[in-house]
Amino acid sequence: MKSMKLTTGKTLAGIVGLSLAAAAAQADTLNIVSWGGAYTASQQKAYHEPWMEQTGDEIVNIDRSANGLAGLRAQAQAGNITWDLVDMLPANAMIACDEGLIEPIDHDTLLKAAPDGTPPTEDFIDGSLTECFIPQIVYSNVIGFNSDAFPEDNQPFLMEDVFDVENFPGKRALQKAPINNLEWALVADGVPVEDVYDVLETEEGVQRAFAKLDTIKDHVIWWEEGAQPPQLLADGEVAFASAYNGRLFNAAVNEGQPFEIIWDNQVFELDGWVVPVGKMDKVRDYLEFATDTQRLADQAKYISYGPARESSAARVSTHAETGVDMKPHMPTYGPNFATAIQKNDAFWADYGDELSQRFNAWLAR
Amino acid sequence: MTQNDMGQAPVLTTADGLPLKTSLMRTTRRHRIRAFLLVAPLLLFLVVAFVLPILDMLKRSIENPEVHNHMSRTVEALEGWDGESIPDEPVFAALVQDLVEGGEARTIGTVASRLNYEASGMRSLIMKTSRRAGRIEEGPYKAAVIDIDEDWADVDTWRLIERESDPFTLSYYLSAVDMRYDAEGNIVDQPDYLKIHNALFIRTFWMSAAITGLCLVLGYPIAFLLANTPLRYSNLLMILVLLPFWTSLLVRTTTWIAILQQQGVLNDLLVGIGLISTDNRLQMIYNKTGTMVAMTHILLPFMILPLYSVMKTIPPHYMHAARSLGARPFLAFRRVYFPLTIPGIGAGSILVFILSIGYYITPALVGGQSGIFITNFIAYHMQTSLNWGLAAAIASILLFVVIAFYLVYNRVIGVDNVKLG
Repeated sequence: MKSMKLTTGKTLAGIVGLSLAAAAAQADTLNIVSWGGAYTASQQKAYHEPWMEQTGDEIVNIDRSANGLAGLRAQAQAGNITWDLVDMLPANAMIACDEGLIEPIDHDTLLKAAPDGTPPTEDFIDGSLTECFIPQIVYSNVIGFNSDAFPEDNQPFLMEDVFDVENFPGKRALQKAPINNLEWALVADGVPVEDVYDVLETEEGVQRAFAKLDTIKDHVIWWEEGAQPPQLLADGEVAFASAYNGRLFNAAVNEGQPFEIIWDNQVFELDGWVVPVGKMDKVRDYLEFATDTQRLADQAKYISYGPARESSAARVSTHAETGVDMKPHMPTYGPNFATAIQKNDAFWADYGDELSQRFNAWLAR
Repeated sequence: MTQNDMGQAPVLTTADGLPLKTSLMRTTRRHRIRAFLLVAPLLLFLVVAFVLPILDMLKRSIENPEVHNHMSRTVEALEGWDGESIPDEPVFAALVQDLVEGGEARTIGTVASRLNYEASGMRSLIMKTSRRAGRIEEGPYKAAVIDIDEDWADVDTWRLIERESDPFTLSYYLSAVDMRYDAEGNIVDQPDYLKIHNALFIRTFWMSAAITGLCLVLGYPIAFLLANTPLRYSNLLMILVLLPFWTSLLVRTTTWIAILQQQGVLNDLLVGIGLISTDNRLQMIYNKTGTMVAMTHILLPFMILPLYSVMKTIPPHYMHAARSLGARPFLAFRRVYFPLTIPGIGAGSILVFILSIGYYITPALVGGQSGIFITNFIAYHMQTSLNWGLAAAIASILLFVVIAFYLVYNRVIGVDNVKLG
């Protein structure tokens, strides 16, 4: 609720800014679409505010990334693209790129080199720069739990524990989508991390995953918005909740909630910028600024997502407000990363339609 | 000329010499044009905001331009293909040309998305082949393309492309009623694990009917009270009916969440007076009950207001007359009063029922898994799965069914009998 008010305030500020901007000929208004909540707040502090200070531009935050691809398609079909820059997941960026909704990017000419001169194509995480996509962060889907929900000598720490309702009773909050849940069901059922997507490509594998989910189905509350799981955990409505790791970190560090993260079998992926067709000239300078080494490192002061540039990773320091060392909270931190699953975007681009339908039919039964 | 003049009766003319008839027609035409101009803004608004979007939706539910437009050479080369064996070299040459051009123009992605709805894996097959096809410099193309991915040697891939090459398709409608084409192009049922829409259609209709019934049962006595109490009190009652009507839909819905949830007011109360123990708190929301309760409350004014306006016009002495002729109160009500309120019942019921079928915010918020409507799936396909053709097909079916209901209703009760006040 608080974040909603904040963003409304910002939007209003943006509208006011818009009329001011019209008066000052130089300044521009950028409509930037992102995920809202703690994530947009981290972008606001690390990228938007310094940029607005430098240039006098106004940045309007639009919390529509959850429906980013739908919005891009609708705007392109209507021939009236109002978004200037969109924060998006790589799988959707791939589809948008294939459909010609967003601009292809020449990373080495557009982006700044690292301070030591390393070109962007070598500085960003291997394979993360795709045709139309500039990654900002590595984030992770994890299971968090309320440590008050379990006795001190019996705290969960493995993915199997999440599927073990006898030893770890309580409701589970999971995202209402097949993504992550099917992967977790398989690893909890004993499939090795590296084989998950191979198994999921087979009919038996899909059945096995759903059978495993059946064992906890009656204990699950399904969430749809990223802000829900920390809330459900805090209210004591659930014992476990799948969530974006940054949101759990935010609740634990900023709000003092007794949340712990099960890093076992975290599903990690990237998140980054795409430019709607025709908007490149408008956002070029901002993009160059917002993706440089220092800006990406700065973002990690506000939220526990790993920067997508190696030169930034070295500069990750402490949390801006509490002084907590950020490194152990990053998805990419050694011990956290040991059993991580890399989300397979190509798999989900192919099987997402069918598995989503199957998942919905399974839910309705 | 002269003959004609002689054959006709003398023509009446106005002061300026025009025949009276012509002059009158001019005046009425002017009136008609003025009247038309007065309604023109509304008409234009209706066409732009109502008729055109519905036509567009109907078009979207059957149009299938992707393969037809962006793989036109392949489609042409496939004409005359026997459908049994892998196509020959010319088809593959056309395919390579289409995929390379489509890749450069960034149009091939829409084809990939379209075909992937029909068979998982088509997206990556098309995109991968499109990226690599540029490197094939010369024929034979068949071997080179199959070398990129063996699926091109699968007859089913080609059957799918041929089937979807028609600029119009029934695929979306089939999918909307849990059916599909099999590899041979026959229409078959979806496997059970993919069936979802039919059950939701049925649920939407029976729950809407139940909500309408609840609204009638709850609204009838209230409307009666409103119509038969002195103005002083009925005005106050009217405000109580209208107050929720003026309150935001979201506020009313979330209020029900606060009341009905497991840690909510009603459960607290029941635990407090010792009716249930705190471990057995009732699940009254995020299921069918939640949807029923919240929607009945939200739609109740739409039942009460038409009922009230009809009851208000029934003179009280009808009942007095019936009583004085010896009917008991119930008989008088049943034989005299009730039949007179049927137009109001009809109007209220059809309003509530149709509104209820189209509702989606309230079921989404309080319906959980078991209390959502088919409309929530239209929203899902618009925003999440992005299968707009399927969303359009489901919405069209809903529209057809509502029209059918309306026609049946017209037959049984008669729309002329509906009174909104």
